[in-house]
Formats: sequence, C-alpha cells, structure tokens
Amino acid sequence: MTSHKTVTLFIQCLVDTIYPEVAEAMVRVFRQLGISLTCPTDQTCCGQPAFNSGYRRQARFAAKHFIEVFEDSEIIVCPSGSCVNMVRHHYAELFENNSQWLRRAQDLANRTYEFSEYLVDVLGVDELGARFESRVTYHDSCHLLRGIGVREQPRKLLHKVSGADFIEMHDSDYCCGFGGSFAVKYSDISNAMVTDKVKNIMDTGADVVVSCDMGCLMNIQGKLSRIGSDIKVMHLAQILAC
Amino acid sequence: MTKITTENYVAEARKAIKNEVLQRALADLQNRFGRGTAECYRRLPEGPDLRLRAHEIRMKDIENLDVVLETLAANIRKNGGQVFFAKDGQAAVNYCREVAHKHKVRRVVKGKSMVSEEIGLNDALIDSGIDVSETDLGEYIIQLAAETPSHIIAPAIHKTRYDVGSLFADKLDIPYEDDPPRLTRIARKALREKFLAADMGTSGCNIACAETGHITTVSNEGNIRMSITLPKVHIAIMGMERVTARLEDHDMLLRLLCRGAAAQNMATYVSYIGGPRTAHQADGPQEFHLVVLDNGRSRMLADEEFREMLCCIRCAACLNVCPVYAKIGGHSYGFAYSGPVGAVVTPLLVGINRAKDLCLGETLCGACQDICPVNINLPRMLLALRTKLAEGDTAWGVTAVNRKEKFLFQAWSWIIRNRGLYDVAVKLAAMGQKLLIPKGGMIRRLPPPVHAWTKERDIRPLAAESFISRWKKGIK
Repeated sequence: MTSHKTVTLFIQCLVDTIYPEVAEAMVRVFRQLGISLTCPTDQTCCGQPAFNSGYRRQARFAAKHFIEVFEDSEIIVCPSGSCVNMVRHHYAELFENNSQWLRRAQDLANRTYEFSEYLVDVLGVDELGARFESRVTYHDSCHLLRGIGVREQPRKLLHKVSGADFIEMHDSDYCCGFGGSFAVKYSDISNAMVTDKVKNIMDTGADVVVSCDMGCLMNIQGKLSRIGSDIKVMHLAQILAC
Repeated sequence: MTKITTENYVAEARKAIKNEVLQRALADLQNRFGRGTAECYRRLPEGPDLRLRAHEIRMKDIENLDVVLETLAANIRKNGGQVFFAKDGQAAVNYCREVAHKHKVRRVVKGKSMVSEEIGLNDALIDSGIDVSETDLGEYIIQLAAETPSHIIAPAIHKTRYDVGSLFADKLDIPYEDDPPRLTRIARKALREKFLAADMGTSGCNIACAETGHITTVSNEGNIRMSITLPKVHIAIMGMERVTARLEDHDMLLRLLCRGAAAQNMATYVSYIGGPRTAHQADGPQEFHLVVLDNGRSRMLADEEFREMLCCIRCAACLNVCPVYAKIGGHSYGFAYSGPVGAVVTPLLVGINRAKDLCLGETLCGACQDICPVNINLPRMLLALRTKLAEGDTAWGVTAVNRKEKFLFQAWSWIIRNRGLYDVAVKLAAMGQKLLIPKGGMIRRLPPPVHAWTKERDIRPLAAESFISRWKKGIK
C-alpha cells in the first residue's frame, strides 16, 4: 500500500454549485481513510463545457486557470469522470501548439484521478465499512467508462457495501443523453435517451441509481422527478460515506 | 448527388422518436449486432487489439493513397479490367451512362452500394431510360417503396413484415402475405427474372487490394455475386479510400469488416473480382469497369484533422451501438451515410454548415470508436467539426453558427478565470432561481435559452451554499 499522499480536491462545477453534498461525502470518505486534504478555493471549472461546444479559445482560459491552480498539488482527485477525461485527454489537444503549456498540462494529467479509480487502483482500497440497505443499480458514465477505462472499480466498491443489494441494469453502458448542452440544444433526442435509461433503471427494481458523474445523475434525476418516481440518484461517494 | 436533407435532422428525429415500430427495430438491431460485434472482437484469435493494428494499416494506406490507387489501377488493367477516376459524382454517373449506352443496356441489376446512393446513380440511369433493380432484399424493398435506406447494412430496418407484405401485394400484384420465408421466396422469384434479363450489373466495393489488383464484395444473400457475374458488363464503384496495399492486410480487414457489419466471422458470399472473364472461364462479365470516386474525399485527405475518416470501411458497426442513432434512425441524417460515420462524413462531403446538426447533435459518448473495427476516433473529429462551426473556418468555408452562444462562452471565459467573479455569477443565478419557485425542491421551468431542458425533465436548483464556500468555513 502506498503511503497516503495529500489529496487535493478538484470539485466539478456541478458538484460545487448544485450537489455540494457529494463533495462533502468524498471528504468524509478520505478523512475516514486518514488522508489529509487540501482544496484550492480559487478553482472554477476544467473547461469542458466550452470545449465540447467547439469554443477552444475560451476553453483554454479555463484550462490555464486550472493548471495554475492545481499544478503544485501532489495528487488531484475529482468526483467526476468527465472532468478527469477532459484534463487527461483533451488538455493536450488544447495546448498542442504551445509546448510550455503542453508540458505543464501533461504533467498535471499524470497526477489527476477520478474518485473510484483513486480508491481502488492507487490506494488499493475497496472496503470502507459502508452500510447502505437498499437495492442499488449503477450507471456507467461515458467518459469514465470509455475515456478513462473505469468499469470494475465502482462495482467493486459497491459490492463491498454491506446491506446493499446490487443489480446490473440492462444497457448500463449506454449514454444517458446528457451530453452537456446537447440536453438543451437537442432536447427531444436527449429526452428519448434518458427515457430509455430511466426505464432500464426502473426495470431493476432499484431504489437508488448510483454513478460517478453528477452530469448524468442530474439528467436522470430530472427525468425521474418529472415522472413522479421515488427512485433516488446518488453519487458513489455518498453511498461509501454511509 | 442524391437528394440531401440534412437540414431536417431535428424534425426527422422527432418523427423517428415517436415511431414505435422503428424504435423496437433499432433496439433489437443494437442488442443483437452491437453486442454481437463486441463479442466477436473479444474472440479474435489475435485478440481485440487487432483493431489497433488495423488502424495503423489503414492510416498507412491513406497516407500513401496516390501510390496505392495507381498500383490498384495498373494491376486491374493488367487483368483486363478498365479503371476510371471520377472527380465527382457527376463524372462517375456520366461514365456509367456512357458504358451503358455503348452496350445498349436496357436493364441494370445492382448490388447494394452506398456510394451509388451518394452519387444518385439510380435516378441518373432511370432518366436515361434504363430499368434499374436493386437486388439486396432490403434495398429491393425500399426501392419498391420509393424510399431511401435507413441503415448502411440493413436498409429496410424501419419496415415490418406487414409493411413489406402490403408493399409486395401492391407493387407485385400478388395476394397479401406477411410470413417472412414466403415473402423472401416471392422476392427471390421476382429478382430472378431481373437477374436473368439484366445486361449490366453494378456493385460497390467493400475493400480493394492494390497488390493483386482486385476488388472484394461481400453479401449474405448472394445477390452481389449474381448481379456481377450474369450480365455482360460489370461496373464497380468505389470511394477512393476503399483500398489497401497488401493482400494479407486486405484479408485481415475483411475479417474485421464482417465482424463489424453483422457480427459474423465471415460473410456468406465473398467475391474477389479482378477483371472480366478470361478466355477459359465459363462465367463472368465480358467487361469489368472500376470507377474510383473522389467527390470530396481528396479534400478530406488533404486535411490532417480529417484524414483519419478515410480509414472507414463502411461496416456500420458504429450505427449498431450509437445511442443517438438508436433514437433517430437513419433518415434523420438526410444523406447516404447515417449514424456516427455519417455525422463526420456527411458534413465533410455536403457542407459543414449545411449538415451542422449532424455533428452537433450527439453526446460524444464514444461508443462508436470502441466498436469501430479500425478504431477510428470519431469523437475527435466531431469535436473538430464543432470547433469549425463555433469559430468559422476559411479552408472548409464554414461560417460560425451561433453568435449568442459565442457571446455567452466569451463571458463565461472571463468568469471562469476569477473565483470572485464566478461566485458573484453563481450568487446572481441563485437569487434569480427563486423566481422559478421550485416545487418540491425541483425546478419545473427554466427560462430561455435553456428552457428546452425542462420540457420533459425537472432540474435540481443551485445549492444555497457552494462546496468551496463551505470548505472555506471549515467542514466537519
């Protein structure tokens, strides 16, 4: 087991402004493991919303700010697969014509982890003594699964939660239809996709759908709420903090 | 070119979403073929990383396309075939018409070919007074229905057997029947007559091989083989990128193509065609023509960002996993190429502004790249197209599309560099949302420009206090 390096918290903008309880849960999990934490309070956003809509110049401002805020950190952990994917795979594209910033970006990317990835792959931890008595199912967010390659780690962690009845949903790896501004700009298609996802969730009989990305869960939660379902959405950190 | 209706993406998508028959058909297709193809890759003797090697081979072909095509042409000519390099769709169509005219062709049978759709071959031949008959069962069905294909491999996926039954009863003047084996026999009988009467056959080309000077066609029905061996003239049309240099690479790509297209290790009928029948052969056409089509591909080749798209071998595996295609179907893309491949290729061929919805209207989920037998990075190219639409581009003649959005992201880029400004913006938004009177904790109506979200979904309001603010105060 590696000695516990200080973890610097990289808090996704959606978590920071809409779901702060997810970050608080992540803090509880790390504190329980005896890991010391820092959190730069001038962090804002990794730049993904601008990048995905094609506004690279604007995204670059966010990326540079991010790099400046985080580059002195030993280890950076984020409760969002899509943000980590942005840093790991797209910062290089943003700075391909600027070798100085490129080097800084690549250096940072090597130290940036998604939450479940960090717990299982780096800390070697999958048992946190969490207890959560519910039937739960899991949604694979696209960037975490296909961008970062994380599939088993959240499942390993969920299987060790005592009292949790874990059931796989049909097409767990299908996109939920969020896609950032896609959900607004192509809302009919987005709605059709989230409707399928919600049906697959309901078919499991689960009380809770878990994921590692609040973008997806915000979308899924919005649909569940509109149809009057009691099914809850929770970030993996929130389950593990129980 | 064939009729282009890329502007109808959103409207057609809406229709497709409401079409329950189509939705079930697409869900079945993806369940079977999407999952099936993934399993095929896992079972490859070389392992699933064969796809990565295939990518390198395809890139090498593309980067040396001039030499590869020259070699292909030289070897086909050595075999007695004729090769025509068509600058655009019109040139290709004119060539086909001239050959047909020279041979006094009255009836053509066609193997399925998306490139022939791209150039509008059928209409052009019909305008010349030639009877054209599709022989792929799915294409035959939609030809009778006067529709366009909605999937690259399964063109009639949107039709039920009841649709087909009514169609056959109407167009073939027979009693109504909807039992699939019986419908197939009816089609076979009708097509048999077409095959025997045809004086020219056309096909596409799945993969050509420069080293040997041959083209390969694959089918599960045997219709392509029959279309191109019975009549006295065979014209094959290929996109100029559909060629590989060496035979061993060709065979590897063919194995991957069949897995991608139909989760098969190999198609049922595989034909290698190098030229017309030789003196001692009993079967085969007297003339073999290969039309090599540019029609915008050299422009893709010249652009480092999009060159990779020419690696595509048109298997349609990406359609079989795309969650957006699963909802909107092939017709929404308004051109011969639908699904993820269409989302990149169509804008590049017909105009990026004209087809903007195709490259903006998906989530970049990445399932397409994962299932691509040659590991094409489609999401990267979609992002590149989006960047052109956001900023404009002179090389590709793109005008920036959304001034309002650009202005918003400009403002955002100022706020994002300064936590103080960011906090003010969030605070203002949090105050503003009080006007939205969240019911039961969830907002039910957002204001423009984001109101489309709340048409069918709620949204959680901004928290009373951000995490960063709580952290600053000290979290227990």
